[in-house]
Amino acid sequence: MTSAANALGNASSAGGAPLLEIRQVAKRFGEREVLKSISLEIAAGEFITLLGESGSGKTTLLRLIAGFEQPSAGEIWMSGSRLDNLAPYRRPVNTVFQNYALFPHLSVQDNVAYGLRVSAAPRHEISGRVAQALSMVRMQDFANARPSRLSGGQQQRVALARALVNRPQLLLLDEPLSALDANLRKQMQSELKALQREIGITFLFVTHDQEEAMALSDRIALLRNGALEQIASPREIYAHPATAYTAEFIGQTNLLRGEIRDAAAGCGPLRWPSSDTPGPALFSLRPEAIGLAGDDDAHSANAVRFRAVIRQQIFSGASEFLELDCSGYVLRARIPARGTLSGEHEFLFSAADAIRVRE
Amino acid sequence: MYSRLYKLIVSLPPLLWVGLFLLLPYALMFAHSFWLVRDGTIVHSWNFQNYQKLIASPLYLGVLLRTMRIAGSVTLFSLLLGYPLAYYLSFHASKRKEILYQLVIVPLWVSYLVRGYAWKTILGSEGVLNGLLQYLHLTHEPVSFLLYSPFAVVLVLTHIYTPFVFLPIYAALEHIPRPLVEASQDLGASPRSTFFRIILPLSMPGLLAGATFAFVLSLGDFLAPLLVGGASGTMISNVVQSLFGAAYDWPLGAAISVGILLITITLLFLTERLEKRWSFQ
Repeated sequence: MTSAANALGNASSAGGAPLLEIRQVAKRFGEREVLKSISLEIAAGEFITLLGESGSGKTTLLRLIAGFEQPSAGEIWMSGSRLDNLAPYRRPVNTVFQNYALFPHLSVQDNVAYGLRVSAAPRHEISGRVAQALSMVRMQDFANARPSRLSGGQQQRVALARALVNRPQLLLLDEPLSALDANLRKQMQSELKALQREIGITFLFVTHDQEEAMALSDRIALLRNGALEQIASPREIYAHPATAYTAEFIGQTNLLRGEIRDAAAGCGPLRWPSSDTPGPALFSLRPEAIGLAGDDDAHSANAVRFRAVIRQQIFSGASEFLELDCSGYVLRARIPARGTLSGEHEFLFSAADAIRVRE
Repeated sequence: MYSRLYKLIVSLPPLLWVGLFLLLPYALMFAHSFWLVRDGTIVHSWNFQNYQKLIASPLYLGVLLRTMRIAGSVTLFSLLLGYPLAYYLSFHASKRKEILYQLVIVPLWVSYLVRGYAWKTILGSEGVLNGLLQYLHLTHEPVSFLLYSPFAVVLVLTHIYTPFVFLPIYAALEHIPRPLVEASQDLGASPRSTFFRIILPLSMPGLLAGATFAFVLSLGDFLAPLLVGGASGTMISNVVQSLFGAAYDWPLGAAISVGILLITITLLFLTERLEKRWSFQ
């Protein structure tokens, strides 16, 4: 299975040593096992997201890399040297904290200059680099302001500048957008993505928001109860979820329970040919994979067809969300907007869109 | 809306209290400082003699300077004890935090007088400390400078006021968001650098409040010098007390009190300004 290879988390850019290697890292707090043997490789220049619910261990993994926690087992390597036994202030890694953690007694430019000052960068170099970092996040006009005078989005930008001015090899971002309102978050997402492309620094981004992860990442590492559930590009993880959990966590899906027998898959009233290993099977079928029959039947000669009663219809602008009752079997479908529907209709989906997933 | 009568009834007791026990005494003290004593009675004739006597007399100025030196030393030593203690409790004590905090607070439940007397039995020539020194053959005869000296006063006052210094510093340290400390380390600052650049500045309001407590309370202290100060450890409050007592020179005592009050008010004003400058939250 492809997901098995993905689970090892090989860096996507082939060749060249990975920037960061997490080798079987585990973390326990007393009796509680927060991370269970995580292995992950991150390539230079990559935008990788640790996605998971609260308590999945994503922030703990980030803190292990930053050095605020020590792994209970395993090792972390960076550019060929051991990272996990270094004190946090000796690591070539910088963090953007969840609530920004700007120093309240320092002005914006002193906040940004902080990393350069403590590492005793040449005095004449500091002001230039600070100005450059501030203009990169378009905060040059606020250089002398105190952090408390800034809005959430502005504080966010200063926090970014403060981390990036040190030119870290790896930037860690701990849910940096979660404190912003929805519109600002969207705007910051695209700014963040553009910035990462521009400067080419590797970003390790932690979030619980799957949409955010999809929008930003080159790869998503989905964590569940302290273990890696799946790691793949957003498109891959959406189109080929390895497990039922992944399928439900990322986007919406129909989970169809059934079995494969005699070269055919059967789930309730639905049947389609399948050459996969016989036995009990679970399939993920995205709502948008289901269409209304009759629209373009010419292309869907091999489609799985079924009749269903429309139980509920929710209009959301460009699309309609339908809840279908197929002889007691409930399916959700998303179809292009097409006016009010009711009663029984014929629907169809391509057998290739029914992805077999593990529990 | 409350009736006029209700407002009057509610505000009268506190107004009376403030008037009778705060404003009136201050007014009396202020007035006395401009009067004088003639033939054993206080004469209500307005003049500046008391203040002139104060400025001219090396005796009173000397005691005042010694008082400020003692108060300064107490402030310094209680900061040197209180700050590291507060820092340890706030950042490193983890599970021992509660019990240690209680241990710092417990002495405050014991009467000041009792603690003063305790020091007397420790420091005296027949005291515990001298007994120990002689038992260990470190000295042959009792060490006399331990008791009845400015040293003893500083020691006792430091012991008494260290918790007062500890508390505001501890509160200030507890209010520093821990992500700030992590952010500092993350940006490459060593623990030492983090302390001086982040923790110390952010705890400054607490430090100033504690220092003000120690200095102002020591400045007006009268029991410690009485118990363990002796002649060489006399402080300005003892002078005031004797002027109001045996010497029966209330006007001069009042003038000294006004002087101390002015010093204290100036000090409080300055530290408040400083505290405001250092508060950012």
